[in-house]
Amino acid sequence: MADVIHDAVDYVPPLVIEDEELYHAKTWLGKYVFSQDAKVIAIQYSVTAIGVGIVALCLSVLMRLQIGWPESFAFIDPSNYLQFVTMHGMIMVVYLLTALFLGGFGNYMIPLMIGARDMAFPYANMLSFWFYFASVVILLASFFVPGGATGAGWTLYPPQAIMPGTPGTDLGILLMLASLAVFIIGFTMGGLNYLTTTLQLRTRGMSLMRMPLTVWAIFTATVLALLAFPALLVSAIMMTLDTVLGTSFFMPAIISAGAQTDYSGGSPVLFQHLFWFFGHPEVYIVALPAFGLVSDIISVHARKAIFGYRMMVWAIVAIGALSFVVWAHHMYVSGMNPYFGFFFATTTLIIAVPTAIKVYNWVLTLWRGNIKTTVPMLFAIGFVFTFINGGLTGLFLGNVTIDLPLSDTYFVVAHFHMVMAVSPVLVVFGSIYHWYPKITGRMYNDSMARIHFWCTFVGSYAIYYPMHYLGIEGMPRRYFAYGETEFISSSSGDLNAAISIAAIFVAISQIFFFWNIIASLFKGEKADPNPWGATTLEWQTPQTPPGHGNFDDLPLVYRWAYDYSVPGYEQDFIPQNVSPAEAEKMAKRVEND
Amino acid sequence: MPQKIFAIALLLLVVGSVWFHLWSPWYLTELASNWSSIDFTLDVTFVVCGIVFVVVNVFMAYCVWKYRYSPDRRAEYKPEDKRLEVWLTSITGLGVAAMLTPGLFVWADFVTPPENADEVEVVSQQWHWSFRLPGEDGEFGAIESRYVTEDNPFGMERDDPNGQDDVLIYNSTIHIPKDRPVRMWLRSKDVLHNFAVAQFRVKMDMVPGLVSYLWFTPTRTGNFEILCMELCGVAHHTMRGMVIVDEQEDYETWLAEQPTYAEILAKAPGDVAAGQIGYAVCASCHGQNGEGNKQLNAPKLAGQEHWYLRRQLDYFKSGVRGSNPGDMYGMAMGPMANTMATDQAVEDVIAYIQTLPDEPTEKTVVGDIENGKDIYNTCAVCHGKKGEGLAFMNAPRQAGLNDWYLVTQLKNFRSRVRGAHSNDAYGMQMNMMAAILNSDEQINDVVAYINTLEAELLKPDSQEQVIASIDGVK
Amino acid sequence: MEYVLLTLAVVMGVVVWWILRQTINVKPWVPAASTEAVDSGGVRSGLDVGNPLRPSKVALGGFLAVSSSIFALFISAYSIRMEYGDWRPLPEPTLLWANTGILILCSVFLHSAWVNVKKQNLGGIKVGLALGSLMTVAFMVGQLMAWNQLVNSGYGISGNPANAFFYTLTAIHALHLLGGLIALGVAFKNVWGAVEFSEIENKVYAIELCGVYWHFFLAVWAILFTYLLNT
Repeated sequence: MADVIHDAVDYVPPLVIEDEELYHAKTWLGKYVFSQDAKVIAIQYSVTAIGVGIVALCLSVLMRLQIGWPESFAFIDPSNYLQFVTMHGMIMVVYLLTALFLGGFGNYMIPLMIGARDMAFPYANMLSFWFYFASVVILLASFFVPGGATGAGWTLYPPQAIMPGTPGTDLGILLMLASLAVFIIGFTMGGLNYLTTTLQLRTRGMSLMRMPLTVWAIFTATVLALLAFPALLVSAIMMTLDTVLGTSFFMPAIISAGAQTDYSGGSPVLFQHLFWFFGHPEVYIVALPAFGLVSDIISVHARKAIFGYRMMVWAIVAIGALSFVVWAHHMYVSGMNPYFGFFFATTTLIIAVPTAIKVYNWVLTLWRGNIKTTVPMLFAIGFVFTFINGGLTGLFLGNVTIDLPLSDTYFVVAHFHMVMAVSPVLVVFGSIYHWYPKITGRMYNDSMARIHFWCTFVGSYAIYYPMHYLGIEGMPRRYFAYGETEFISSSSGDLNAAISIAAIFVAISQIFFFWNIIASLFKGEKADPNPWGATTLEWQTPQTPPGHGNFDDLPLVYRWAYDYSVPGYEQDFIPQNVSPAEAEKMAKRVEND
Repeated sequence: MPQKIFAIALLLLVVGSVWFHLWSPWYLTELASNWSSIDFTLDVTFVVCGIVFVVVNVFMAYCVWKYRYSPDRRAEYKPEDKRLEVWLTSITGLGVAAMLTPGLFVWADFVTPPENADEVEVVSQQWHWSFRLPGEDGEFGAIESRYVTEDNPFGMERDDPNGQDDVLIYNSTIHIPKDRPVRMWLRSKDVLHNFAVAQFRVKMDMVPGLVSYLWFTPTRTGNFEILCMELCGVAHHTMRGMVIVDEQEDYETWLAEQPTYAEILAKAPGDVAAGQIGYAVCASCHGQNGEGNKQLNAPKLAGQEHWYLRRQLDYFKSGVRGSNPGDMYGMAMGPMANTMATDQAVEDVIAYIQTLPDEPTEKTVVGDIENGKDIYNTCAVCHGKKGEGLAFMNAPRQAGLNDWYLVTQLKNFRSRVRGAHSNDAYGMQMNMMAAILNSDEQINDVVAYINTLEAELLKPDSQEQVIASIDGVK
Repeated sequence: MEYVLLTLAVVMGVVVWWILRQTINVKPWVPAASTEAVDSGGVRSGLDVGNPLRPSKVALGGFLAVSSSIFALFISAYSIRMEYGDWRPLPEPTLLWANTGILILCSVFLHSAWVNVKKQNLGGIKVGLALGSLMTVAFMVGQLMAWNQLVNSGYGISGNPANAFFYTLTAIHALHLLGGLIALGVAFKNVWGAVEFSEIENKVYAIELCGVYWHFFLAVWAILFTYLLNT
């Protein structure tokens, strides 16, 4: 008897889709502000992330002014400079890219692409955004407190992060830690949503291996984030206790400006382990969604099935799993036991193999394709180019020996900007252009978007490619000014000025982007529901933009996401929800011709 | 057509990148140590990665060119190709192994310093390097960070017999002999730092609470700059030192001049009475009470710290300061300082100056105090929030000095009239820091703010004096 | 870090095994032959056809994985830190044994609530939930008393790293239970006013989730306590 009741509670008969009960907001506030619709939340996330990203972009311009023309700007002193460095890094990595890829694209793409009406827990999803929003407010508030924002570098290494001598050790660092904690709590709510939705709310026929790579990638990135962010949370808690209550988790016995402190016995290296245990997966939290989105864009615009779909899936999973055992490659010269170097160099170079497979498969998707160089495709190929460059320089730094001369130089800065700034941002732009017609129902201005692409792509490459060579020469990073140093050639100052000019050029050229996407909202041509001829479910919605609940009847999925140019069919794409019978009709038309 | 342009652009970027690599002037600086194997590994990696970069991108550009969209053509339908994928994976694996293998061998070398290596301890603190040699017994004395005081910057354990002959070098320059392997023990007193010399290729973080190491064999003589490469606070970029690689005999000459811990402990304090006689020369310009004289451009000496006076007198004597023709008054000071022939004479005079009354100065500089306060935030990390000077940071007192003197010196630092001498490590830091004052108004502003600190700095002292004098009356 | 790696290895092992099982022999490019065969490529939830999990149960599983990661990280940090010379273990108050007993009772009561759900015994559910919540509060009060004892005998949080870890770990554990208590409160509220079991039939799954949550944090506590005792 008991068992039957148990089943009555838990048992859902197979092959019946339990339709979600949607929350229908009644007020304007409930619809657009505290919305529980994943699509609205996605846009809220994206706008907030891009907004705070603009702040970080301005900070980078200020830094470039100082590096390019030192001693020329009275309003930038060493403290400001380090605060810019820190806030720029933290905002870009966590508050822009993580939030945009998972909170923005994750919320928009997952339910639509898997044929769900919404996320599994819309209310938690809404809370997730507002936690994120609060964390951004707390973060930005730290600019305005006494002592200013923290200037400890985005890595927040103790002891310096909480010792006088570093900017923002009064309140700035505490606000930073608080903001991160709030962000992580908010993200956990969102992340559990993405995880559960992907696992449980897929429509009938949407087996795992029929999911678009975008969903696979965001799903894996979410798993990474859920497991990695706790490390940041734990270290933030411990550092806060060290600061506020005087515990010694990370603080050894040290001198501060000539005076003894009460700390004793803590281990700064422990913090670094915890930080990079989060920090390295974080790289892939940003990179994997970019991989997924770019795979779909390339496949659509090359009119060709993504090459080696299964390999792509396994590569995503393998990269995700391996990303947890490579963290100490950030710490080769940190003073940790140097014998760790052997292990971490090996794991790090192994991770290059699945990553390389992904690159090959993108390029092989282009091979014998029927390539349309639309704007999203330009950005996607631009991504592959910069990612190859940034990925290869990763092999330099991952190889423990070469890291000795290159660590902490501009080579590192150039590498990680190429691989996790330029590359993912090119994907962000490409994806926004690609899905813009679906999200807004209008088309962007094509020529303006092309100008934007050329400025951004060539401009960013001009910033970061030469920068590697400054690093090889030995120029250290996070320096306010270089003064006179024998081994740094005077011509490198000229190169720095040139890089700054390129950086300012790229920053300004983003006006083309913002102007375009804002103006096109009102003036853009009405877009076709499926302008690119894509197979995935988000293009098959009855309304454009998709209404609340996404679909009228939930679609049935008969095929994978990459039926492009299937032989024997007139149309060069077959959407996922086209049944074999309907497909037959398409095929027949070809025969009739 | 635009698609062809895109393909050409990709190709041009590849060509441009290779061209830049081959022809740009920026590359590894000339090696000065045994670590040619690091350069070799780097070159191997460049070759392997360069080939991949060119091949994959050229192939991609070719695809973009060749497979341009045409409505009359269909893309190939080929979900996967196992053979091709296995091939590519294997080649990638091989390439990775080719790069990793030499890397691991070199690293094995790096983590096992040779048995016969000389030992040097590098001690870092916020924005300063110092060094310790084990002395004749070859053993370092024990140290503890809780022993660190102004007089014991290394934190030496006073009674440890191993420590007595340790050679302590409390400035940023170390000499080492050529062609002898040296193992550097790295330790930090406050925050993380990183010992890096570009020409030696190796670097390692210095972590408070533990001792890390690195080793190398210098292969050519010369001066090689040490840069801190771990962000360590506001003045991180000024944290520089020098490794001077000498021939053996030059090294020994230098070593003989360095004091051991026992010698430092045994040093006699200055004699005030003898100093008073010696001070007569100084008094003609600096005044009987060391109060300074603006007409003669002689600054106030009273209230200035012992260690700072010592350093400046040494600088004047050796020409580190006061030899730049732009520094007219400094040049006058050189011969004066040399009237004190011996170390002891210098100590005596300083001891006498310490007894002179620290009176308030006359204020002559007008500036925007609020702006000055903002600027001074940067100065405060070394010179103290009250401008009191921090001996540990090697930063002298600011408050209570003649304001016109501060203005002159800041201008001198900014224009590198002062501090540019290669032996003036602290002056170099001030050169870099004074660069943030990019107008005379800013200098006036910060000095005007420093003027306001004098009252605060003198207050507790003068209060005590008042209390003491009241007690005396009772 | 070996504890973290072990935990992660387990989590990752499960994930990778599951993904491989789902994907290894699938040829995704072969379309379904007909409407009837639409599910042949895999099932809706990716889990056994007959027993799809509720989303909330999956989410709970995800959350427990996150919590495991947090505690594994703390324990790793603890074990790294312990090896330094200045580690002086603090005496665990005997009160902790009593608190452990109370926490076991919490789990027992919540389990009994779930058993009563299966029996459709409304009264039993209410008693189980009430006692479970009460015991949880008692546990937290007990932990506070233990803290108080320690502070009074001079083991403040900043005194020694062992102390710092003790307070932090117990605080994080209690915070998790506090969060759980909110969820339990909601479940309780739903049940409290009900007269017939049928009124709450589609809400009772929350009770099972609470039970799982409590069992999990009992296990976490057992590991923590054993670890604290042995160091």
